[in-house]
Amino acid sequence: MRRRLWSWVWLAVGAMYFVIPLGATLQFSLQAKRGEMGFTAYRAAFASPRFVESFGFSLRVAAATILASVLLIVPTAYWVQLRLPRLRPLIEFCTLLPFVVPAVVLVFGLIRSYNRTPLTNSSEGLAVLLVGSYVVLSLPYMYRSVDNGLRAINVATLTEAAQSLGAGWGMILRAVIFPNVFVAILSGAFVTFAIVMGEFTIAFLLAQPGFGPYMNQVSSSKVYEPSALAVVSFALTWASIALLQIVGRRVSGPRLSGGGR
Amino acid sequence: MAVRTDTQLLNPAQPRQIGGRVSWAWVGIVPFALFIAAFLLYPAVSIITQSVQDEQRHITFGNLANLGDPFIRSSYLYTFELSAVTAILGGLLGCLMAYAVTVGAVPQPVRSGLLSFSGVASNFAGIPLAFAFIATLGNLGVVNALLGNFGLNLRMLGFNLYTFWGLALTYIYFQIPLMVLVMVPTFDGLRREWLEAAESLGATPAQYWRHIGVPVLLPSVLGGVVLLFGNAFGAHATAFALTGGGGGTRVVTILIGAQLSGDAQINPGLGNAMAVGMIGVMVLTIVPYILLQRRAERWTRR
Repeated sequence: MRRRLWSWVWLAVGAMYFVIPLGATLQFSLQAKRGEMGFTAYRAAFASPRFVESFGFSLRVAAATILASVLLIVPTAYWVQLRLPRLRPLIEFCTLLPFVVPAVVLVFGLIRSYNRTPLTNSSEGLAVLLVGSYVVLSLPYMYRSVDNGLRAINVATLTEAAQSLGAGWGMILRAVIFPNVFVAILSGAFVTFAIVMGEFTIAFLLAQPGFGPYMNQVSSSKVYEPSALAVVSFALTWASIALLQIVGRRVSGPRLSGGGR
Repeated sequence: MAVRTDTQLLNPAQPRQIGGRVSWAWVGIVPFALFIAAFLLYPAVSIITQSVQDEQRHITFGNLANLGDPFIRSSYLYTFELSAVTAILGGLLGCLMAYAVTVGAVPQPVRSGLLSFSGVASNFAGIPLAFAFIATLGNLGVVNALLGNFGLNLRMLGFNLYTFWGLALTYIYFQIPLMVLVMVPTFDGLRREWLEAAESLGATPAQYWRHIGVPVLLPSVLGGVVLLFGNAFGAHATAFALTGGGGGTRVVTILIGAQLSGDAQINPGLGNAMAVGMIGVMVLTIVPYILLQRRAERWTRR
């Protein structure tokens, strides 16, 4: 009985730690007008053209990242499972590197190594670096998810069946593999989306007008609007992870989590 | 993509056993390998080589020696302390919560609720998290508003969000859920039979924990704390938003970032050396983590 009691005590302490800052943010975001609760801060935040621009920019970057990540990971994971199973530990190690290499070091390395090349001189080049960095961040989630998805289907048999019907590799990937791991791709995509939408470090250091840098910039001049933006950002993360949980119930999705950025 | 031959067509899963023919299977992972080389390998190698070169590309150890500079050294120490404190405190609370939803046998919905929340909250780090703590513990924050009713404020109580402990409290927010995610599977690995066997041999709960529970859990706990340490050491956005990224801060990631954004005095060699120092710290944390994890898996594998 005492064990049960202490369990509730620790859960309560933790829950307070989790809930109070969220509640405070919400309350803070609603009290922009003195003496009354209202959506003033939200209206002001949403009305800003810079908000619309940066949010739209991050949406586009997230879409590009997910697309690039899927195109890179699905064929690779498929091929490794079919032909190069011995390389799997190596590939897995590569996909876990983002947990070891902090975002600051990643972007520092990219800027320094591609210094004075079109990648750092032009805005297109910087966008490529941005999307590429986000693909790196997405690797652990996307690879794990897709790899699990591929394990759940019989890749060798499906490939043989497709080949015996005369399908080439492109056809096999498009018509057989992608549809079969679609749910796994989705769950990787939701995590990627959540990461990209609020990401600050890489976008800021590459001087890209993302939502993360915009939030930071607003905080230097406004008091209540940052809280409203934080609530929006939290809601986005919640929504992505909730969708992930719903989708993930059908496939063992990425349980591993990323943490501090 | 690999060249397809008729023998492969018949037996796509075992191409390597075809007698004597060179396998072209590796061609299939070339895009991935190129990507890793371009976005991880080459940058890492180039930071390391640049850190031992001066601006004329002569070999020098001056940059790495600059890591011994008092300010740089004290920054690493500060970040080390910040990471250690948040890893230990966050790890402790994370452990206790993981204990509560496993051994503590609270109802199932609480357990799945905590796990879902942890998945989300360990991703909360960054600018919004800093805003949340400013709204809570900042000068205009909710806690100050409450204390104001009693004519008090946090500053009078000796607390300032924008100092070491403010950063630490904020970091702990994303450390706890990560520890929960690490520890729940480990606690699940503690088998009921072990407790029953110990009890039937007359062990007290304290003896059970001393001789069975703690030794089984210890590698996971240590591994988790090491993981949290690395997690805090590499964090940038949260600290940036809280400290404004100014020159006064001593968080190493911010100093490295400042070398890029031009806020700090630019010294390319020093920036590289700091980044290499960071990679060094990360390697030093991830190696023990992998070793501890391997040891922990002995018990969690069923």
